[in-house]
Amino acid sequence: MRPISYVRTEGADGIDRAVGLVTADPDSHFLAGGTTEVDLLRQHVLAPNRLVDINRLPLSGVEELPDGGLRIGALTRMSEVAAAPAVQERLPMVARALVLGASAQLRHMASMGGNMMQKVRCGYYRDGESPCNKREPGAGCAALGGVSRTHAVLGTSEHCIATHPSDVAVPLVALDAVIRTRTADSERAYAIDEFFLPPGDTPDREHPLTHGELITAIDVPTPPLARRSLYLKVRDRESYEFALVSVAAALEVRDGKVSGVRIALGGVGTRPWRARRAEDALVGGPATTASFDLAARAELAEARTTPMNAFKPELARRTLVRALETLTRDGSQS
Amino acid sequence: MTVRTPDTGRATGTGPEADERGPEPVGVRLDVNGVQRHVEIEPRVSLLGALRDELQLTGAKRGCDQGTCGACTVWVDGRRVLACLTLAITCEDAEVTTVEGLATPDGTGDGRLHPMQEEFIRQDAFQCGYCTPGQIMSAVGCVREGHAGDDGEIKEWMSGNICRCAAYPHIRAAIRAARDRV
Repeated sequence: MRPISYVRTEGADGIDRAVGLVTADPDSHFLAGGTTEVDLLRQHVLAPNRLVDINRLPLSGVEELPDGGLRIGALTRMSEVAAAPAVQERLPMVARALVLGASAQLRHMASMGGNMMQKVRCGYYRDGESPCNKREPGAGCAALGGVSRTHAVLGTSEHCIATHPSDVAVPLVALDAVIRTRTADSERAYAIDEFFLPPGDTPDREHPLTHGELITAIDVPTPPLARRSLYLKVRDRESYEFALVSVAAALEVRDGKVSGVRIALGGVGTRPWRARRAEDALVGGPATTASFDLAARAELAEARTTPMNAFKPELARRTLVRALETLTRDGSQS
Repeated sequence: MTVRTPDTGRATGTGPEADERGPEPVGVRLDVNGVQRHVEIEPRVSLLGALRDELQLTGAKRGCDQGTCGACTVWVDGRRVLACLTLAITCEDAEVTTVEGLATPDGTGDGRLHPMQEEFIRQDAFQCGYCTPGQIMSAVGCVREGHAGDDGEIKEWMSGNICRCAAYPHIRAAIRAARDRV
């Protein structure tokens, strides 16, 4: 690991100070849980000269918002959010996505803001050597002709096919969460759809944040249909593994018809993938396996696969249908 | 708040902060197993490195050094975490507990093992033993967090600790046997 210097920030004044320190220096990074930062620093993928420790800033906790939503402080750990009663009751797909991510140790360490900022697990990005447009714009993409079994099939470009790795971001996208940030001179709020950028021609640009802009909180609406929601994760082993395909779904059925639905997919997109086509296909129609299947096919119609990940659209279709069948069977009449 | 001293060489012309430490070795206070320790380390040194190389507490093991194997599991402020992905300097003002501090948490030094350690021995929950300190620290965390209800739950909540000797059934047996005494 390269040498680094270290500054700790604390207290309410520390937020502006941390933002100021990192904003003023392109070689400074924030340090929260460290599960990505320290790992990639050690592997020479990230190269800050200075870490600004934000762990003691007052940005933790799950609060009620006046509109009934929940505000999750950016430094709240994954395990704390998963255990919060309000999250378990009102947003079961969020709690479930959290406990199915990483390991117990990592969930105690990793912050929610850091989860939003985590780097991709593409082996060519993380080896620090292979051509990678994310790490070195213009260098090319080794994954396109390489080992790509876990790579994305939706939202890809000719410059990058890395899968977005977060589990919890998937239900957050389904719920239209808002990412709140602080810059040196303003507070900002991003609809989560605008927060995760498609790779396009600039895969190095993963978020709209400026250098030194700090996530302070994630606001999550809690619509009634989310009380009966699920997160279904399919992976190569039962635990402690990234998703090949995952589905966050909430479904409301009245008189046999879909009256409300939220769906997002993980493991298949270059960003946490809101399945709007599937949602549009479902609303107002019958809550039957046949219509679930049609909706899944509509969403996956534009999947672009490599020879190694060609199984993903079919796996995603099956997983989505199973998720919706499960929600229907368990009774989502409200 | 930012102190600007343009001549000190940082690329943007921002000088070191008054409270900036490193990159050379700096004094770091660590509370390990209830004892105040002082180490001179670079800020880049992991908690695992500080424990093993500076404090000679070699219970926590360096397995993968990238947060995937769990052999370095210790507690920071009572939570099981990975010492390899934790920088030691971030642990000032926190309580660090390693497997060495598990047997006599009250400092009495009566030589008695923690119930989880006793059951790991009784149930033969290891072969080579390399992952065992991490398994034990994680196992106590698993029980305290309330996730040792049945084998399926133990399996899920212990998945961050890899055992290449595959002693998993015996590890689960040890956790079941110890859970009411933890």
